[in-house]
Amino acid sequence: MSEALVTVEAAGTESSVPAASGARQFWRRLRAQRAALVAAAVVALLVLIALGAPLLTALEGQDPTTYHPSLIDSARGGVPVGSLGGMSADHWLGVEPQTGRDLFARLVYGARVSLGVALAATVAQVILGTVMGVAAGLGNRWVDLVLSRITDIFVAMPLMIMALALLAVVPGDFPRPVLVALVIALVSGWSTTAKMVRAQTLTLKNLDYVAASRLSGWSTWRTAVRELLPGLAAPVITYAALLVPTNISAEAALSFLGVGVKPPTPSWGQMLTSADVWYQAAPQYLLLPAGALFVTVFALTVLGDGVRVALDPRAASRLRVGTGSKREARAEQAAPQAGTRARRQGGAKTEAGKEDRA
Amino acid sequence: MNGLTGFVLRRVIGAVVTLFALSVIIYVVFYVTPGNVAQITCGPRCSPAQVHQVAQQLHLDDPLYVRYGHFLQGLFAGQDFSTGTSVEHCAAPCLGQSYQTDQQVTDIILAKLPVSFSLVLGAMVIWLLLGVGTGVLSAWRRGRFSERVLTAITLAGVATPVFVIGLVLMIVVCGELQLLPFPQYVNFTDDPEQWAWNLLLPWLSLALVESANFARLTRASMLETLAEDHIRTFRAYGVSERAVIARHALRGATASVIALNAVTFGSAVGGAVLTETLFGLPGVGQELVHAVKVVDLPVVVGMVLVIGFFVVLANAVADVLYAVADRRVVLA
Repeated sequence: MSEALVTVEAAGTESSVPAASGARQFWRRLRAQRAALVAAAVVALLVLIALGAPLLTALEGQDPTTYHPSLIDSARGGVPVGSLGGMSADHWLGVEPQTGRDLFARLVYGARVSLGVALAATVAQVILGTVMGVAAGLGNRWVDLVLSRITDIFVAMPLMIMALALLAVVPGDFPRPVLVALVIALVSGWSTTAKMVRAQTLTLKNLDYVAASRLSGWSTWRTAVRELLPGLAAPVITYAALLVPTNISAEAALSFLGVGVKPPTPSWGQMLTSADVWYQAAPQYLLLPAGALFVTVFALTVLGDGVRVALDPRAASRLRVGTGSKREARAEQAAPQAGTRARRQGGAKTEAGKEDRA
Repeated sequence: MNGLTGFVLRRVIGAVVTLFALSVIIYVVFYVTPGNVAQITCGPRCSPAQVHQVAQQLHLDDPLYVRYGHFLQGLFAGQDFSTGTSVEHCAAPCLGQSYQTDQQVTDIILAKLPVSFSLVLGAMVIWLLLGVGTGVLSAWRRGRFSERVLTAITLAGVATPVFVIGLVLMIVVCGELQLLPFPQYVNFTDDPEQWAWNLLLPWLSLALVESANFARLTRASMLETLAEDHIRTFRAYGVSERAVIARHALRGATASVIALNAVTFGSAVGGAVLTETLFGLPGVGQELVHAVKVVDLPVVVGMVLVIGFFVVLANAVADVLYAVADRRVVLA
């Protein structure tokens, strides 16, 4: 009994120490990838834009929903007055054809919808997927069978079709962005996450430290939270990072089809719906949302790929990044062998190496 | 062989169970919704009495299990429908009747399926050729500049939503350069040449997005195979690099390409909805979007089931092909 307790204690401290240095190592490996770093900067900028949308539009002096009939030429079918689709000091990126709404304001508020819905959907997918996966992995034969079957059904469902259909039947007074996020989360992403988490749980639960906590009488719940979740963090974060761009595309697609976020709430996908009619008179009406979507999804995909590489020991070994052992070695005055190894790594021309010398 | 037969059998049973569960889920979700279907179907100006009559005619007041029973009966034995004035028979695989047009759902879907099949199957040929080709090329040129360019292009391909690619393609090719007229669907049986020309852009926009995944997968699994010992042995024996790539490394990638193709088929069906809407192709996807907007539930349910059927079928076929290509799967 006492032995088991000691093991549990050891496992507990062990899992907390690598978690801290794991995070540092993660940053190191992420920083070593230039593309991922640039992508992270772009994503950070987009998040800032989305959060600061009211500020930015206040700076411009416009809002996304006011119609400006004086700025469109109704005789020519509603094209914006002036060159470049009505670009001016008042309307930085011009106005929308037919309504005269400010494009800059609609674009930055669109970023809110896009990122907000995608992030909310990702959180829901990760929670649902992890709970289902862990439950299937830890539960008895029947729980596993039922949950795995349900998961398989959702894996086989065509996302876009189901989302379309679901959005049709929910009454209109339900807050639309929340609904879109829920529908995207429900029909996609969580099922593949659950499959992965289940497989990972099956592996982890036979490891000594998890088995020890089960044997020492911890409840399944406590074992799952305290011992399994830290082990699941890396693969789940990898999955989540790659789900975000997919969710952005899904939201844009649903809004493009006219079943996603409803006007007057601006959304990039929705802006593209009618853009092809206006591309000659107001090209930026097409190019701005299309470009915004492309940049956002591209940056998130590159970042997600970087996160995957940083969390995958096999892929990260190709990065030639030190583990930060030099700094730790100095602090702990470790054996000379570790120091030599760290010095060699510090000498290698990597981001981490420079960081170490600084 | 016995192991494989058992595996196939388990897969088929699994597919049937999945389909049945799918039908129950869809049915429950759609017919338990709080939205007032009768009011929407009847129109905004209907009186309460008229709405009540419509609800009765559509059996909206019956308990759920009764209606699901009717639905199953229609699916396997056919059903009779009253259209108000006459009674119409709906033969065996009966998916019900449109609330809006009184047409039978099966007829609507059958009329639209050829368009969607033309789109998805044509695109599949392109994404396989393009994706696997790019993957082979970038595995072969690994570490060089051309490989980095290819990797960047495929990553951009992964990142671009299908309707953005389609929109840009349509505007550049049809609008600015005027190389092709704006697509208009022509039946294959009427004029195969025009059919292909008009579908070229929809095929490309659907395939470009999907092919990026194939390129990444093919490259990754070829590089994995190339790093194995037996490849080194081949090289040591003097087998040419071209033969190593074409005969051995590519074979290693086959199984995963097959598996991905099935998954892609599912996502392409979703992409087809966008492509059809964008290019105005009268396929299942476009009809589904329309049905969703007017809350024509029998059409929505029927189409989701038919599409789900093909996706589940594709998954099952892929599993079996995968098992044939890589026998280790059967043992697992």
